[in-house]
Amino acid sequence: MLDTIILILDSTVRLSTPLLLAALAGLYSERSGVFDIGLEGKMLGAAFAAGAAAAVTGSAWIGLGAGILVSIALALVHGFACITHRGNQIVSGVAINFLAIGLTALLGQDWFRQGGRTPPVTGDARFGSIVLPFADSLRDVPVVGGIYAELLSGHNILVYIAFLAVPFTWWVLFRTRFGLRLRAVGENPAAVDTAGISVTWLRYRAVICTGILCGIAGTYLSVAQSAGFIKDMTAGKGFIALAALIFAKWKPVPVMFACLLFGFLDAAAIRLQGQQVPGIGEVPVQAIQALPYILTVVLLAGFIGRAVPPKAGGTAYVKERS
Amino acid sequence: MSERLAIELEGIDKRFGAVHANKDIHLKVAKGSIHGIVGENGAGKSTLMSILYGFYHADGGEIRVDGKTVTIASSQAAIALGIGMVHQHFMLVENFTVLENVILGAEGGARLGAGIGRARAELKRLAADYDLKVDPDAVTGDLPVGLQQRVEILKALFRGADVLILDEPTGVLTPPEADHLFRILRVLRDEGKTVLLITHKLREIMAVTDEVSVMRRGEIVATRETSKTSMGELAELMVGRRVLLEVEKTPAQPGAPLLTVEGLNVRDGRGVEVVKDVSFQVRAGEIVGIAGVSGNGQSELLEAIAGIRPARSGIVTIDGTRVDLAAARRDPAEIRSYGLAHVPEDRHRMGLVTRFHEYENAILGYHRDPAYGRGAFLDLDAIRDTARAEIEKYDIRPPDCFLKTANFSGGNQQKIVLAREIERDPAVLLVGQPTRGVDIGAIEFIHKRLVALRDAGKAVLLVSVELDEVRALADRVLVMFDGRVVGERAPETAESELGLLMAGAVQEAAE
Repeated sequence: MLDTIILILDSTVRLSTPLLLAALAGLYSERSGVFDIGLEGKMLGAAFAAGAAAAVTGSAWIGLGAGILVSIALALVHGFACITHRGNQIVSGVAINFLAIGLTALLGQDWFRQGGRTPPVTGDARFGSIVLPFADSLRDVPVVGGIYAELLSGHNILVYIAFLAVPFTWWVLFRTRFGLRLRAVGENPAAVDTAGISVTWLRYRAVICTGILCGIAGTYLSVAQSAGFIKDMTAGKGFIALAALIFAKWKPVPVMFACLLFGFLDAAAIRLQGQQVPGIGEVPVQAIQALPYILTVVLLAGFIGRAVPPKAGGTAYVKERS
Repeated sequence: MSERLAIELEGIDKRFGAVHANKDIHLKVAKGSIHGIVGENGAGKSTLMSILYGFYHADGGEIRVDGKTVTIASSQAAIALGIGMVHQHFMLVENFTVLENVILGAEGGARLGAGIGRARAELKRLAADYDLKVDPDAVTGDLPVGLQQRVEILKALFRGADVLILDEPTGVLTPPEADHLFRILRVLRDEGKTVLLITHKLREIMAVTDEVSVMRRGEIVATRETSKTSMGELAELMVGRRVLLEVEKTPAQPGAPLLTVEGLNVRDGRGVEVVKDVSFQVRAGEIVGIAGVSGNGQSELLEAIAGIRPARSGIVTIDGTRVDLAAARRDPAEIRSYGLAHVPEDRHRMGLVTRFHEYENAILGYHRDPAYGRGAFLDLDAIRDTARAEIEKYDIRPPDCFLKTANFSGGNQQKIVLAREIERDPAVLLVGQPTRGVDIGAIEFIHKRLVALRDAGKAVLLVSVELDEVRALADRVLVMFDGRVVGERAPETAESELGLLMAGAVQEAAE
């Protein structure tokens, strides 16, 4: 029984990681007043770039670098459209999503001729598990040993980065000058402007932060969790991350718990497939797979109270003419 | 006495497209004085100050601060020169604490820790020196506006401002809060700071300034020592001709009640009671004015009667038709059909779609009238004829019904709304802030129209935060404070007495 729970929790951690990275990515952008529904597209672009670069160079780290660069590039496109040219943030985000879906499939097919996949990555081209000290010797200690060896140890480095990014983001947001300004510009950009700070540059920096984290999220999918890029491999994770972000009311620590919850539902769904549930019998696979999405809708519809977005979110800043 | 100048402006010029907002401005402000800048809405006061604060760049001219010629390319540069500004619309982040708002932009390091400690100590010192007490850990949005304004002043002082610009600071304040603000300004002056006070209220100029400059149509037309001028002279300078502060009208001849409001209660979006048990009547042939400081329930009262905002309870009778405002289904069109027209307070938010052509706005809300079309189709010729007739009758300029509404001046936009509502021949007219952001010529025109409507035997309910306007137009004045009608007075009642009522200093049962 305990083993089963640990196994489910272990896969919860693995499944939450990309959500967490993407949701934290969205947090930077949205807290600065730039809504970003292009998380999905940035992740997908990064996953492809990372998979391709890792496959060609044989280095997971170069893959990570490529993933981050592509994601930042897409984020800057979003920034250029929405911050510099005051375009509609939703339209720009949708455009980036479509661009990523189309380009990754097209380039993948053109470069590798494997139906949009990148060649499988192995060895150094993939992020391997990190075994924490004493994990093997402690494995047999009841309860604690299992938790340590299975749950905490044995993940790849990106998982640890994702979870360390939570306190780091909190610290940036609430304990640094950049964070104070970031929060201010998402609420009242005029206050930032009159304080003599550039709204444009501040929002660009926020969008770049989003790019970096989305890049890591995409890389995780193609060269850590899987061994290579598969067409459309993000499968809506960018949108689930967005839901988690709203669900967590744009706060870093609640974002982590929201992502863990969605990850847990995913893990439980996989685990429950084909199992007999007492009183119900065998639950259809589709119903289980739909569970995270249903929960998202239900939670967003009523259970979390009003999620008040950053007040200036969604609108470009224009100096008022008196 | 060799007077030292804090600020000197030489030939400042600024255009926004076709609008010449500032023309060749020359201004000298003495150090350690309170200098008033007075003028009508749109006279260019705010533009001038925004140039001084680096928010806009002048097209020409020279700025000297402390005798040195400077270029103020950004707000940052202005702050560095010791210029601070308290904006008319506060530049505060509402969900920040006071402390966070104060340090924003002047954090003193990439990490907040040390800066916050220093700011806390500095705030304590400023509070003691200038009588500016605010809880540094309070959430700014929860504070009353008077305190929020104090936060703005603290922000400027924290940045080391020696020159403080206040843009229409009393618009949102009650009279006692305004008095407190003036005390603070005097303390600041006595401590050697220079204060620039922008306002269109002459009373404030007389009360607190040492010197005053009058702006009209983008120019400074005069600068006077306050002790050597009078309100009458300043008003004349502001407008450019002798001003009739009085509206010419004969005594009212009220008839039967056309609008009766009974037991109206309204809550706002957050569930706070904003209109509390309000009852009154407006009779045919009279103008009833509602006076009060902005935000005491007047806006909600108007919107509830017009059917725009749901009421908790309340019955209105419009020209003999009883309407239960708390009933589940009521809508503005229904209420309008009983003979009520509404000129909303904020023409941009409710009265007009500024991107529409003038003729489209001329029938907005009345587009289902069979005169303007059949079924789903509009009769554009009929609509344009109506619009042209109203343009003629109300002297709307430029006389072009195809022009985008946004391109009309404030006064002409207001006339478009007024024409639309009055020309539908309502029994009852609700008017909110009829002359907000309207030039003086249009003000006189609008006032005359309202009086003419009254003389034609209609009932007019007027809400305005300009006490002078209410006193000039109304035949009876109701004062609202904190959602209640706290008293009824004749318009001739002394301003001080009305002021006390508006401030809630006197509470009496409304009849």
